[in-house]
Amino acid sequence: MDYNATAPIRPGVIDAMTSAMQSVGNPSSVHSSGRQARKLVEEARSKVAALVGARVRDVTFCSGGTEANNAVIRGSNAASVIVSAIEHDCSLAAAKLAGVPSFSLPVTPAGVADLEALKDILAEAPKPALVSIMLANNETGVIQPVKEIAEVAKAAGARVHTDAVQAAGKIDINFNDLSVDYLTLSSHKLGGPQGVGAIITAPTAPLAPLVAGGGQELGRRSGTENVAGIVGFGEAALEAMAELGMAAELASKRDRFEQAVTEMSNEAILIGANAPRTANTSCVAMPGVKGETQVMHFDLNGICVSSGSACSSGKVKVSHVLSAMGYADDVAEASIRVSLGRLTTDEHIDALIKAWRNLYERAASR
Amino acid sequence: MAIKRAYLDYQSTTPIDERVLNTMMPYLTSKFGNPHSAEHNYGWEAEAAIDAAREQVAELISGSPGGVTFLSGATEANNLALKGVMEARGHERPHLITVVTEHKCVLEAALYCKSKGYDLTILPVDEAGLLGLNLLEDTITDKTAIVSVMAVNNEIGVIQPLAEIGAICRSKGALFHTDAAQAFGKIALDVDAMNIDLMSISGHKIYGPKGVGALYHRPDKDVEIAPQMHGGGQENGLRAGTQAPALVAGLGKAASLCAAEMAQEEGRIQGLMKRLKRELAAIAPAMKVNGDEHIRWAGNLNVCFPGLDGDRLFADIRGLAVSSGAACASAVAEPSYVLEAIGVDEKHAKASLRIGIGRMTTDEEIDFALDTISQAIKNQGGCE
Repeated sequence: MDYNATAPIRPGVIDAMTSAMQSVGNPSSVHSSGRQARKLVEEARSKVAALVGARVRDVTFCSGGTEANNAVIRGSNAASVIVSAIEHDCSLAAAKLAGVPSFSLPVTPAGVADLEALKDILAEAPKPALVSIMLANNETGVIQPVKEIAEVAKAAGARVHTDAVQAAGKIDINFNDLSVDYLTLSSHKLGGPQGVGAIITAPTAPLAPLVAGGGQELGRRSGTENVAGIVGFGEAALEAMAELGMAAELASKRDRFEQAVTEMSNEAILIGANAPRTANTSCVAMPGVKGETQVMHFDLNGICVSSGSACSSGKVKVSHVLSAMGYADDVAEASIRVSLGRLTTDEHIDALIKAWRNLYERAASR
Repeated sequence: MAIKRAYLDYQSTTPIDERVLNTMMPYLTSKFGNPHSAEHNYGWEAEAAIDAAREQVAELISGSPGGVTFLSGATEANNLALKGVMEARGHERPHLITVVTEHKCVLEAALYCKSKGYDLTILPVDEAGLLGLNLLEDTITDKTAIVSVMAVNNEIGVIQPLAEIGAICRSKGALFHTDAAQAFGKIALDVDAMNIDLMSISGHKIYGPKGVGALYHRPDKDVEIAPQMHGGGQENGLRAGTQAPALVAGLGKAASLCAAEMAQEEGRIQGLMKRLKRELAAIAPAMKVNGDEHIRWAGNLNVCFPGLDGDRLFADIRGLAVSSGAACASAVAEPSYVLEAIGVDEKHAKASLRIGIGRMTTDEEIDFALDTISQAIKNQGGCE
């Protein structure tokens, strides 16, 4: 139950990729093998565009969400960068290294970007600014008011980037409605392959290439296209879009777990539960029990959860997301993230509740 | 049964070896973990696959696994090598050197460095396409941070004198980077013996998947590289982003197959190429090989048919997948700057074919190529 780290690849994706890998061709070549590869890439581009309601030509493929976020944050030609305090590590790191002043946008205790604070920062930040805000947070699932943020930002002449890596396939996304300039996506969080992602750019938004070279992807991203990966991404986007209706079912599974937790313990904290969230994510603190201990316990019981985002889970570090929401270190350290997906069953939830109870009772008896 | 088409564009991309595909499949299906999820089993499996691939890649170049950084391909590797080294060393050594016949991504990355205020020298090559060592010696100084010279040229197949170039760089304290996208897995490479500090590697040129490559660096503190992709701290902080275990395992397997089969495969490819060249020369005695005739990778033939109209030639060989130069430039139909650099004029460049053969090339495909080209030449009343 660690779907926010990576999701199992969909069988339909594997079939599509296997067939793509069995044909040869560089999409830039003009002979028939090359044109066939090009056709596969362009079909996938249409599917990814459809997932987020974007124009096909505004979709640029790259190596993943990290590259996509780096490319936007460092390539938008902005005079300053405003990143929310709960962004993914790659956006925070890219902002620091963007070579322009960077500002941190605080969030409320509910985990939602603070619009009033944004107005103040926009007044102070060198213009034009770039505002980077996640559509849904990877640790808490909290959905950000991106459309409202974009309105405020636009009024101050700023451009807006939304990292939709964790939102895509979980909530309905329409690039135009959000009125952002950039939107970034990752394939493997959708049940597509790892190693591929995309940047959606509005027609007027500048994007200086991060990787220079042969001029592929309309000059926005060089390097031979990962044809099979892109095909898999396209298929995953198509399937994920068809499953958006499953959200209610996921939410009821998630809510059953959270309700059980509240019934078992009045100390447990459901983090971000007061804000709109993606249906699959639950961030729960069990005070007094370290997140790593909890993860190990669940792992021994055959359940994969994580303490925070996967990238930093190798290192012992307090979640910057929970800190930004105002939680003390001991609460942040005692929280785990449970993220459900299309293969999660009611039996899995039963096992999760049981494992949580065992650990909680054991800890309480000490 | 006569075949109706042949893929002879192996410098552009190669088919995936079935054994590579079989290695990749488990990581696409049952073993789907995020290698950075250090706390659970699924994550460990993925990490083990990546570590194994690191060893397979290192072994093929007699390097150490700790120097292998996986990333999205040779283009990213070349960008990271040039921009990363200049960013790390440029304050002390503001000069970089590369060569006019490099792949576009090396040249673009070098020009980017120039735009950031560094001094860039782009050296010419001789008519054979080779870099003169004296010229390099005259150009390199103790302000040179990095020298980037590709191992095997992607258009004309010539092999640069790597060990000698590396020795010159070493004597001046400059780092030697080689874009080995076309050489890795094809010719013997030994990073220490050749004084190579950094090497760019591609998966899809060696029967592996597209979307994966590696940058090798000699794991030593004087080989400093500033990361170009920031984030979750993967690949020892040098390259952020979730690694793709399937792609990385595919690259590793492709490398190990090359290590095991290189000598045998090169012999077979040499045999096919020898026949192709001999019979082409019989059809068109005026034919001229672009680039050095001998110091070259056997799987590449870049050949000019003087007097032929290039557009018509390409129109007449449909069914035969060959190219006029680098694939990236194909779509925009620019004349080849590599051929221009070795003194081939535009008319002759347009009458040139890049033919690339490899592991899956058959005798029947060579026959088909010969028949097709022969007919195309006849259609124009022969070469000059």
